[in-house]
Amino acid sequence: MMELVIAVAIGILGGSGVWLVLRPRTFQVIMGLALLAYAVNLFIFSMGSLSVGEEPIIKPGVPPDLLNYTDPMPQALVLTAIVISFATTALFLVVLLASRGLTDSDHVDGREEEP
Amino acid sequence: MKAFVDAAMPQLVVVPILLPLAAAAFMLLFDESRRPWKAVVNVAATIVGLLVAVALLTWTSRHEGIAAIGVHLPGNWHVPFGIVLVADRLAALMLVLTGIVGLASMLFSLARWHRSGVHYHTLFQIQLMGVNGAFLTGDLFNLFVFFEVMLAASYGLLLHGSGSVRVRAGLKYIAFNLLASSLFLVGVALLYGITGTLNFADMAQRVPHVPAADRGLLHAGAAILAIAFLAKAATWPLSFWLAPAYSAAAAPVAAAFVILSKVGMYAVLRLWPLLVSAEAGTALQFGADALVCGGLATLAFGMVAMLASQQLRRLAAYSLVISSGTMLAAIGIGGANLIGGALYYLMGSTLASCALFLLVELIERAREMEPLPPLRADQTDHLPFYLEQSENVDGEAVDDRALIGRAIPAATAFLGLGFAACALMIAGFPPLAGFLAKFAMLTAALDPAPGPGDSIDAGRWALLGLLLVSGLLVTIALSRAGVRHFWLPQSSPPPRLRVIECAPIAALIVGCAVLTVRAEPMLRYARATAEGLIAPANYITAVLAATPKPGPNRAGR
Repeated sequence: MMELVIAVAIGILGGSGVWLVLRPRTFQVIMGLALLAYAVNLFIFSMGSLSVGEEPIIKPGVPPDLLNYTDPMPQALVLTAIVISFATTALFLVVLLASRGLTDSDHVDGREEEP
Repeated sequence: MKAFVDAAMPQLVVVPILLPLAAAAFMLLFDESRRPWKAVVNVAATIVGLLVAVALLTWTSRHEGIAAIGVHLPGNWHVPFGIVLVADRLAALMLVLTGIVGLASMLFSLARWHRSGVHYHTLFQIQLMGVNGAFLTGDLFNLFVFFEVMLAASYGLLLHGSGSVRVRAGLKYIAFNLLASSLFLVGVALLYGITGTLNFADMAQRVPHVPAADRGLLHAGAAILAIAFLAKAATWPLSFWLAPAYSAAAAPVAAAFVILSKVGMYAVLRLWPLLVSAEAGTALQFGADALVCGGLATLAFGMVAMLASQQLRRLAAYSLVISSGTMLAAIGIGGANLIGGALYYLMGSTLASCALFLLVELIERAREMEPLPPLRADQTDHLPFYLEQSENVDGEAVDDRALIGRAIPAATAFLGLGFAACALMIAGFPPLAGFLAKFAMLTAALDPAPGPGDSIDAGRWALLGLLLVSGLLVTIALSRAGVRHFWLPQSSPPPRLRVIECAPIAALIVGCAVLTVRAEPMLRYARATAEGLIAPANYITAVLAATPKPGPNRAGR
């Protein structure tokens, strides 16, 4: 059940992200990139196998597999990934604003499409 | 010197990462009024980095087998748990190329470009750090981190000089690379989920033991990861971003970006044989066909695009696409001789593309100073740029009397000869190294080694044909551009060039000449590199055998 919920959530976030990235307005693109980053972060997180109430500490006498403990590695990875995607999205926001200021348009091409 | 390098060896591997980081951090302390000092620091750090890379290169070429692989454990942890930096022949070669390209574009920018924006020197060093780190790292997640360091710096550098063209190009470049990074992360996560490790060597060992039920996921992860790398290496159809971005960037930035597209190629070259050759049985050639087809399509796209390009900058950008396509097809077809030839080709084409990007700036600047040709009254519709120029010389209106017996100005001669040398390198014509590289690749492709399958044989023939045709088309495109820029009579005074701008270009072309003269040892090194890549047992053993140094506490106890 938990896997299903996570999978559906990643799918919805990823799908909306891809749709938004393909839109012509820069604001839509940046929202899409942010949603895609969320989807990817959840995906990395779920790669450590989802479990409730397990510890990332190997106990003596218990076999050290994913049935008995949780993998701390994806959480470390996801922290790094969050920081990097956050920073690069912020940088994209600056470029977006510069583009808006220079071209007076929020279209990704810097000019409106011909009707 | 030898003894010093040998003594410093496992620690020397980390220097190409720490040195640019330290230089960048140091330069951040000063504001832009101290730009001359920053330039000195930057040049010094780049030169020292290049020297360290050369030391690593000579170290790897002096040793054989496992001894030629330098492994450094930055965190002093056991191998599959801690991060690891590995300097083998391929990494050392790429480090030297990075150093040369970086130094050349750095010196070129000192003439004027480094003044057209803030933090140029800092960003430049951070980019060097990211590129060097990507070449040295031995685990997948650090590869991602160094990719991001390199990309973040490249976003800033692409916008260097500002202007709406750069901002528009930068917007798309950043969006595209953020998407590629997302795919990269998904691929990393999938591979981690299946193999339970991020270390290249450890992963190569575990891949054969992946149960058959998980093979599909493994292949999906590898394919998603490969898409991220191929997008960086500008494989068709993911190469559309390259020409607008690189032609919008300032000339020294574009020249430094030459190495960026090689990073994606490096990742394919490093990971694909490691993960695939370890796989036994049916999946032995997983992805080979895709690599060959992608490489050939890229090569074909690059040469047609080059023929269609009207701007010199775009010509230079598409020469990178051609180089990527050639490399990828050669990697996909495989074989030590072919990959060795392709690596030798990579050295030459990197230097030549870098020189071409720098030359284009000087040539275009020379044109900007010329008065525009007077428009005739009937010439109302806008012809393309080149045709407008040649309209001017139709008939015999130009006085060719005056051209006879007049010495060519030294600046024009330098630009013309430099352009000709770059064109010869990129098109692969004798006498320069481009020809030798293509010759080595063609010989290896025709070599009747046991081919694994029919499609690969077809790939060999296709590569053979496309390499020859691409040489022809590139020659047509570049000589057409050369004729229009150098042979048209010019009434304007010759362009003024500065020594600091000409010296890097001359050095790069001399580098190409050295590659040609010293072709035999270079090719031998490239073949040894390729053999090490195809049979990565030494790499795996060397990385897994690395042991942490005992700490001072434990020694004292």
